[in-house]
Amino acid sequence: MPIGDLLPEIVLLVGAVIIVLFASFAPQERQAWAAGLALVALALAAGFSLLQWREPPALTFSGVWALDTAAVATKLLVLLAGAVAVLLSPDWMRSDRRHGEYYALCLFTLLGVIMMASAHDSMELVVGILLSSTASYPLVAYHRGFKPALEAGMKYFLIGALTNSLLVVGVVLLFGLVGDTDYTRTAQVLATGGDPLALSVAVACIVLGLTFKLAAFPGHAWMPDVAQGAPAPVAALLTVAPKVGAAVALARFVSLLPESQVWPIIVALIAVVTMTLGNLAALQQTDVRRLLGWSSVSQSGYALMAVVVIGAEPQALSALLAFLAAYALANLAAFAVVTHLRGRTALEDYHGLGRTQPIAAAILILALLSLVGIPPLVGFFGKFLLFKVTIAGGYGWLAVIAAINTVLSLFYYLRVIAVTMFKPLEGEVHVLGRWSWLALLVSAVLLLAASLGAEGGLGLMEAIRLAG
Amino acid sequence: MILTVAWIVPLVGAVALAAFPRWSEARARQWAAAMAALSLLALVVAWLGFDPAGPLFQHVDELRWVPSIGVAYRVGVDGIALAVATMSALVFVAAIVYPVDTLGQPRQYYAWMLFLQAMSLGVFLALDLLLFYVFFDLTLVGMFFLIGRWGHGTPQVSALKFFLYTFAGSLLLLLAIIGLYLSIEPHSFDMRVLIERQPLAGTGLYAGLVFLALMLGFAIKTPLVPLHTWLSQAHVDAPGPASAILAGVLLKMGTYGMIRLPFAMMQETFAEYSLVVGIVALVAILYGALVALGQSNLKRRIAYTSINHMGYTVLGIAVAAAMFSDNLAARQLALTGATVEMVAHGLITGALFLICGSFWQRTGEYELDHYGGLAHQAPLLTGFTVLAAFASLGMPGLAGFVAEFQVFAGTFAVYPWLAVLGVLGILITAALFLDMLRRLFFGRLPLHLGQFAELKRAEWGVLGVLSLGILVIGVYPRFLLTLIEASSVLLVGGR
Repeated sequence: MPIGDLLPEIVLLVGAVIIVLFASFAPQERQAWAAGLALVALALAAGFSLLQWREPPALTFSGVWALDTAAVATKLLVLLAGAVAVLLSPDWMRSDRRHGEYYALCLFTLLGVIMMASAHDSMELVVGILLSSTASYPLVAYHRGFKPALEAGMKYFLIGALTNSLLVVGVVLLFGLVGDTDYTRTAQVLATGGDPLALSVAVACIVLGLTFKLAAFPGHAWMPDVAQGAPAPVAALLTVAPKVGAAVALARFVSLLPESQVWPIIVALIAVVTMTLGNLAALQQTDVRRLLGWSSVSQSGYALMAVVVIGAEPQALSALLAFLAAYALANLAAFAVVTHLRGRTALEDYHGLGRTQPIAAAILILALLSLVGIPPLVGFFGKFLLFKVTIAGGYGWLAVIAAINTVLSLFYYLRVIAVTMFKPLEGEVHVLGRWSWLALLVSAVLLLAASLGAEGGLGLMEAIRLAG
Repeated sequence: MILTVAWIVPLVGAVALAAFPRWSEARARQWAAAMAALSLLALVVAWLGFDPAGPLFQHVDELRWVPSIGVAYRVGVDGIALAVATMSALVFVAAIVYPVDTLGQPRQYYAWMLFLQAMSLGVFLALDLLLFYVFFDLTLVGMFFLIGRWGHGTPQVSALKFFLYTFAGSLLLLLAIIGLYLSIEPHSFDMRVLIERQPLAGTGLYAGLVFLALMLGFAIKTPLVPLHTWLSQAHVDAPGPASAILAGVLLKMGTYGMIRLPFAMMQETFAEYSLVVGIVALVAILYGALVALGQSNLKRRIAYTSINHMGYTVLGIAVAAAMFSDNLAARQLALTGATVEMVAHGLITGALFLICGSFWQRTGEYELDHYGGLAHQAPLLTGFTVLAAFASLGMPGLAGFVAEFQVFAGTFAVYPWLAVLGVLGILITAALFLDMLRRLFFGRLPLHLGQFAELKRAEWGVLGVLSLGILVIGVYPRFLLTLIEASSVLLVGGR
């Protein structure tokens, strides 16, 4: 067995187990040390993932596990998101005296996401999605005494249970049609034909299952609640990591389908509904975290544009990952600001923030402008590549709709920016602590570095391929 | 290098203002004025070094930026860009020096002004489509904060409306830019390559769509009727100097963009639709003038005359694009006239909006009925307003006349009917400015204006410089025309 191919994942697993053991025996005042352990595990996993970057795309473990640049890029991105979230957590969790296992759950979530993105087998995909879901349900409801957190956790769990069971139904149907769960074999059998109706049902169920992790229509309803109710570092993690993994998993899956399935049109429609719904809902939010949750839904819609043209346009995959990376950096920075401000969430509480917390306000503004795609921030390059591959792939109308949606989104992002800058200050602004300040600076530096070093990033993205 | 200096210097100035929290208001203003003036100086040097017999683009700088998608830092100017950029820098210096109430945040105010100057000059100097788009968008950010923070009335609503409306235009522009970018192999954003290769010639519908998106994007910015509705509210609520920049510089980005992108890169397609564009321009000329005549609010009235004047520019561009007409001289004349109109309108309307700012600082009122009989009370103010108003209505010997004469002379040779109807616009403009002057300065002085103060030295100094520019262009336009003609000959005649 080529165990070496799984080094990053094994490191995460072992790290999580060590953290659980540590948390069971460590005294209360040392629980936060688990964050350090988690960071070490993340760094090691990232290091091992980097080693996989240069290797040619390959399948391992009898073809069920993909080792390609798309998977490695996802790992790095997800691990980075995890690191920022972990760094934000010690200050946030300080009042919770036994929170060591929190970090283990974070690592398990990340492991599930990585499995999703690397799965080259439909059963493997199910395992990845279930792992990341089950590990993140308790994260969302971690503050047991906080009603909105419980409500968000419940909603997350119920929608997850429904869509995950649909996913399993789809996978079983597919297995019945093909006689195998392996993707390579699936593609071969599907190319020779089969029952189109049963296949359509199977595809519909699997895509539905993935929209849950992607927070795309119709599986999106948990996202705003989680963004609002979950602990802010968890919200930062869950708005980013599952989305990246699910987008890559979806890209992998739709690449298998034969021409007769009109999946590009269906994905395009999902994209349109997702971005429009997310933006329209965000327009009327007076709660910044909920607003960021809806904005995250709409960003899934944009990301799906690249999935639509994944078969028609060779650059679509690199555009997808470039966009997701840009989104991840900006969203992490935005949530880092929210966390650092002790999770303050009502829009009124942001009035006049620019006067007392100029640096945090500036980072928030940069992050929001990057989410809109104002050049020369990194979000612009992500969106530019998306528009480019969409137009080049023959979906000009989709690009036009996305452009209209971008204008819509500008409205609510600007509303947040405007109150921080134009309104007079009300009340005092309390901030969290040194660790969250550090995480905030790290996320801002990453955002700026990616904006200035767009060339290097795009150069790396060029190399992204799917195996098989 | 000189062009890079011209736009980097204000940016450095803005960063310095943001970085030094202890600077006093006077210090911040002096620093901002010095930086803006340095940038103007750099452009004047570039002007002196411009060779009218040389190639189309001169002073070119090129640096790698993102080669994998064909983007590079490329700046350079032709005569048209240089003339408009120099005018813009002058308007910025004037707007920065002009005294204004900074609401206790002078550093931020001057920093945003300098930032906006850097980005605006970047738009005119960029030779890379993506860089052009970057600058084009960032000007919106700068203007958004200037209106929202230092405006009056309902500034935040106006700022938001301004941003959303014009950002919608710039997204159309982005789609069109991607369309242009994809049409060329290897994909590139280099404007020089796109102008030389004319990649969309003969591609029918595709070219038509790209052209439509480009023109819609620029028409919102210019603005052309019926896409002008953002303009009047943004103007009314913006502080005086920001209005001067909005009208004097930001509107030019629309018409300059029309010349640089669709006109230069898609000559065949533009020729096909030139009559349509000409008719839209005619509508803007007449509609802008008529609506301006109906306004009783000083600032709104001047804002609508901008629509009318930008209509002349677009008319000139449309005529110059009418490739089927073999009257080369007329088309060159129209393009030169359109560019002179941009420069003249920048100076004239810049001066008029600064004057509006002076009125607001003194009374907080824009209604014309509030005023009257100020000619004795404030003779300098009266003098400068009369000069600017006469220049704006096209009085011979002043800058506006030079521009409008050339535009109409060119139009007459190509689309005589458009010229005949368009001249009506000048007539209405004359009526509305004379009416405005009468209501502001003549008749009886109302009692509440007894304390109305004459212009301060900083104010008349600035207006004096702008007026001098208007006069010089009117009396001796040769120095400007040589520069512009060098490029319009190349662009229209193809050499």
